[in-house]
Amino acid sequence: MTRKVLALALATTALTAGGGFAQDVTLTIESWRNDDLALWQEKIIPAFEAEHPDIKVVFSPSAPTEYNAALNSKLDAGSAGDLITCRPFDASLALYEAGHLVDLSDMEAMDNFSDVAKSAWQTDDGSATFCVPMASVIHGFIYNKDAFAELGLEVPETEEEFFAVLDAIKEDGTYIPMAMGTNDQWEAATMGYNNIGPNYWKGEEGRQALIAGEQKLTDEPWVAPYATLAKWADYLGDGYEAQTYPDSQNLFTLGRAAIYPAGSWEISGFNTQADFEMGAFKPPVMNAGDTCYISDHTDIGIGMNAATPNPEAAKTFLAWVASPEFASIFGNALPGFFPLSNEPVELEDPLAKEFVSWREECESTIRSTYQILSRGTPNLENETWGASVAAIKGTSSPEELGAKLQEGLASWYEPQQ
Amino acid sequence: MERPRIRWHILVFLAPAVLVYTAVMIFPLFNTLRLALYSKIDQERVFVGLENFQRLFLDPIWSDQFWNALGNNFWFFVIHMLVQNPIGIALAAILSHPRLRFAALYRSAIFIPTILSFVIVGFAWKLILSPIWGIAPAMLDAVGLKSLYAPWLGREEYALTTLSLVSVWQFVGIPMMLIYAALLSIPDEILEAGEIDGITGMSAFWKIKLPLILPSLGIIASLTFVGNFNAFDLIYAAQGALAGPDFSTDILGTFMYRTFFGFQLQLGDPHMGSAIASAMFAIILIGVCIYLFGIQTRMRRYQL
Repeated sequence: MTRKVLALALATTALTAGGGFAQDVTLTIESWRNDDLALWQEKIIPAFEAEHPDIKVVFSPSAPTEYNAALNSKLDAGSAGDLITCRPFDASLALYEAGHLVDLSDMEAMDNFSDVAKSAWQTDDGSATFCVPMASVIHGFIYNKDAFAELGLEVPETEEEFFAVLDAIKEDGTYIPMAMGTNDQWEAATMGYNNIGPNYWKGEEGRQALIAGEQKLTDEPWVAPYATLAKWADYLGDGYEAQTYPDSQNLFTLGRAAIYPAGSWEISGFNTQADFEMGAFKPPVMNAGDTCYISDHTDIGIGMNAATPNPEAAKTFLAWVASPEFASIFGNALPGFFPLSNEPVELEDPLAKEFVSWREECESTIRSTYQILSRGTPNLENETWGASVAAIKGTSSPEELGAKLQEGLASWYEPQQ
Repeated sequence: MERPRIRWHILVFLAPAVLVYTAVMIFPLFNTLRLALYSKIDQERVFVGLENFQRLFLDPIWSDQFWNALGNNFWFFVIHMLVQNPIGIALAAILSHPRLRFAALYRSAIFIPTILSFVIVGFAWKLILSPIWGIAPAMLDAVGLKSLYAPWLGREEYALTTLSLVSVWQFVGIPMMLIYAALLSIPDEILEAGEIDGITGMSAFWKIKLPLILPSLGIIASLTFVGNFNAFDLIYAAQGALAGPDFSTDILGTFMYRTFFGFQLQLGDPHMGSAIASAMFAIILIGVCIYLFGIQTRMRRYQL
């Protein structure tokens, strides 16, 4: 009797297991964007599942600062999800080289992306692309339109106008001219140096020359932005040395500061926080009519775990991520994260539209330190944080900073030696 | 002759602690020491002997950071020894005064920060000292001393001292409690005998109580040393892994964390991280040995 029951039980399990296999596949996505959980669950995943009812998708994010470490341990232990959200450049390249990510170059949908968009997730020689580009962020300045109207100010185009506007706000005294602190360090580099810098080093031209070893960090275009940052100190609020990133965000959205050196990722947060009208202007150029360069930084991609048991389903999902349909859902649900596909996406948010319109007028580049140059020790990106802070505080001269960075880079990067 | 019985109960009772401790402390410790002798070259882990330590101490890129972190760590320790422990002793002496009212209330109030999480302490103090929302500028303003205010956490010259003092605020309860317990254990007869000889008040503290609590002070000093050289949490919670401004608050713990786990674009290097962890282990070991053999064995003890 007992044996019969057991056999029956075994038979049923075998049946259900077999049945399950034929029916549904569940894909798990690893991500650091825990802010976007609701968006994935309510909009993106239902849209995909409607088209592919046989594939279920689970979005499983972890905290941004823990993501890289957690993902690496999961991959080594074989417990990572089927799809991996990719950080740009070396973090993902290391995963590819360790055999955790699959080469996706032969995927048809990859043709939807430009070379710059794909560069963040390619091997150095460009022979293999291992993540589908999802979104980029654009740098610029967000300003309080009400404050500008109140003080009768125009949006600055050139650097001279930019400082004239800051002087006018400072003189009036109602508003802190610019909301940025140096406590967390990265804002000074990301929203300062890499925001205004591309206009000095002419975007891709300078960045590629630096990678090729034709320009040095002691050259004028790389040092001059530090000299400009040094002038910012007068316009930041009292005690900016201890002002943190959330402090700056709050100062601006509470209407206490007039200008915020920004990345477009701030848009959705600012839209819910600020009760005044906001506008954006691009980093000021030297002379009126100069070509403008913007940092249009590739930030998120998605790739496939080499150890996934469901490669076919995962590829189906990746192809869908590369489609214009996904781009339109993603771009509109997350204003400020701009889809990278060649096909233009119609955005609704006015501020996001403003940012993305610069792509038409200006040359796009990415942050100078991200590709290849931050591979060694000392890490150029982290060094740039410190240098930008030192420039603003005036603890070192721009030339000293350039020399120090160059020395660090040359110590391990052959083309610069 | 009767054979000595194997006392199984000793093994049984020891086993859980020994097993758990070995699994979560001893094995990782030795594995870390082992890991420090390897390096990753072309996706392969290879044995490189002491090369990691050579880089750590001799390559200026690493050694500058290491000595900076070690120097900062010593300053962190010095502040604790000079501020936390004397205040702790003074508080204990006051609390043990028989005529002090509400002693239990003060005792709990001073001890409570110790049980708070580092994250809470770091965040709360960051807010208190914030130039924008903090109450520190407003309080100084109220007494007309606004000019003394500076964004302390953001200035290279003050940040480490400020954080050390925050840590002192958090942990002053521990030396206080240990000394308090030691003071309570001093028999009244000794103090009364002293009183008969004319030693009262402050001189009773200096001449009778302090010599009797010296062994406790030694224990506190070594606890402070170990705690400070293992510190990480408060700096990380308040200033992040880059221990800004310009690495002025970087201590061995944050340096190790940054190297081991990586930070932003810097990829983690478990082998160099382990080398730093081993160096920390050695420093603490040497410090504790100096105390144990150099000081504790020579300390005069009194039979109470």
